[in-house]
Amino acid sequence: MNATRTQSAPASAPGTTATAVVTGLGVAAPNGCGIEDYWRATLRGESGIGRITRFDPSGYPCRLAGEVSGFDPAAHIPGRLMPQTDHMTRLALAATGWALADAGADPAALEEFGMSVVTANAFGGFEFGHRELEKLWSRGGKHVSAYQSFAWFYAVNTGQISIRHGMRGPSGVLVSEQAGGLDAAGQARRHIRKGTPFVVTGGVDGALSPWGWVAYLSGGQVSTGEDPARAYLPFDTGAAGWVPGEGGAIIIVEEEAAARARGAAQIYGEIAGYSSGIDPAPHTGRPPALPRVVRQALADAGLEPGDIGVVFADAAGLPELDAAEAAAITEVFGPRAVPVTAPKTMVGRLASGGSALDTATAFLALRDQVIPPTVHVTDPAGPAAHLDLVLAARETPLTSALVLARGTGGFTAALVLRTAG
Amino acid sequence: MARITLDELKDMLAKAGGEGAGAPRLDGDAVDTPFADLGYDSLAMLEVTSMVELAYDISLDDDVAQTAETPQALLDLVNGLLAQAA
Repeated sequence: MNATRTQSAPASAPGTTATAVVTGLGVAAPNGCGIEDYWRATLRGESGIGRITRFDPSGYPCRLAGEVSGFDPAAHIPGRLMPQTDHMTRLALAATGWALADAGADPAALEEFGMSVVTANAFGGFEFGHRELEKLWSRGGKHVSAYQSFAWFYAVNTGQISIRHGMRGPSGVLVSEQAGGLDAAGQARRHIRKGTPFVVTGGVDGALSPWGWVAYLSGGQVSTGEDPARAYLPFDTGAAGWVPGEGGAIIIVEEEAAARARGAAQIYGEIAGYSSGIDPAPHTGRPPALPRVVRQALADAGLEPGDIGVVFADAAGLPELDAAEAAAITEVFGPRAVPVTAPKTMVGRLASGGSALDTATAFLALRDQVIPPTVHVTDPAGPAAHLDLVLAARETPLTSALVLARGTGGFTAALVLRTAG
Repeated sequence: MARITLDELKDMLAKAGGEGAGAPRLDGDAVDTPFADLGYDSLAMLEVTSMVELAYDISLDDDVAQTAETPQALLDLVNGLLAQAA
């Protein structure tokens, strides 16, 4: 820990020139908590998908999920916060603690209005809300916890992180489903450019409770497969839906000069490019937003397609969406011109936590010069046959990565990461 | 005549404000320490008072935390109301 207050660090110049670098990562994922456990499991291709244990799934048509196992909230969350937090908020608070420790940052030693919190969330505290709504309808309004007023809310992770660590800079929440983790990173970079030197971003999400499960199932896209190794097969001829998961990643973003001045533990790399868009309404016949969003993110980073060393795919696990993503990648990069991977095949789709986790994973890939694998996929379908899909961990020189995400409702985002100069 | 005991109040305080490491302490002189100093914010007090109201079928004013600043004061206030109702 560096006790020097960043008030004395070189002020980040407002405008578009400040460089946003990532200095800390915290991961809570179905196949590992903490970056080293998660990364080791991910490189080995260890899946965290299994039959739901949080509640009895036998009465539902879909029974598999990526649950974060082995997480003991009491070991990570102050007792005072236990009555007022949903499971996913506890995961977010733990991941934030790990990310701050990884960055070697002590919030108490930094200027409180110089720290922002921008997380993504798509569900809010569903399990908490489930319990309180049950009380409301079975016992009456007086039995509902006062904490329900915020514990269910999308912004609750941002709020709890902000309060716990005394971060009082401009903060907010991005609600754009799978795209959220990337949209939050883009917003974090805006704060850096406007002069806030330290931003906590990322996203932790998930709603693995009976009420949440019904919400997932209402979309009709969740896999009914029973075999954890065959239920979520993006880009494969066997693609028939996706498996929901919980968790995500918290990412510490800093203005580069301020990070160096305070003696940040490391700099994983830079948020070099970002773009977002919305798909046209289905009946218009207009093309999806993804190719345009990818080109804009590359242009924003000042990079050419040939500069990108790996693409982390959205990997919907649905034939039509997989074909559209494969076609978009091939359109921008050319056939088999860039390695493409989907390590989320090991954890499922984590709503807004998914693209945050992919972003953290991409920074670990840049750190160790290795691309993590896509697991379970054996038979790439149609347009995916034109992808260089990474099916086993691949060591290769990497200086930049592209992360893609598409959320329910047409939210589309792309983030370009680059090793620090 | 119904009464609320200190242990019963402490149970409710622990449910509302948490227990164990990082939670408000309820031992020693906590009973005479202002709720705010123990670490109960306005929402935690709302949670506690609604638990007390439900358990003892009484109605407390919204600003009860200003009137009864300590666990002992709240205990006395509630037992006073219960005595009146008896």
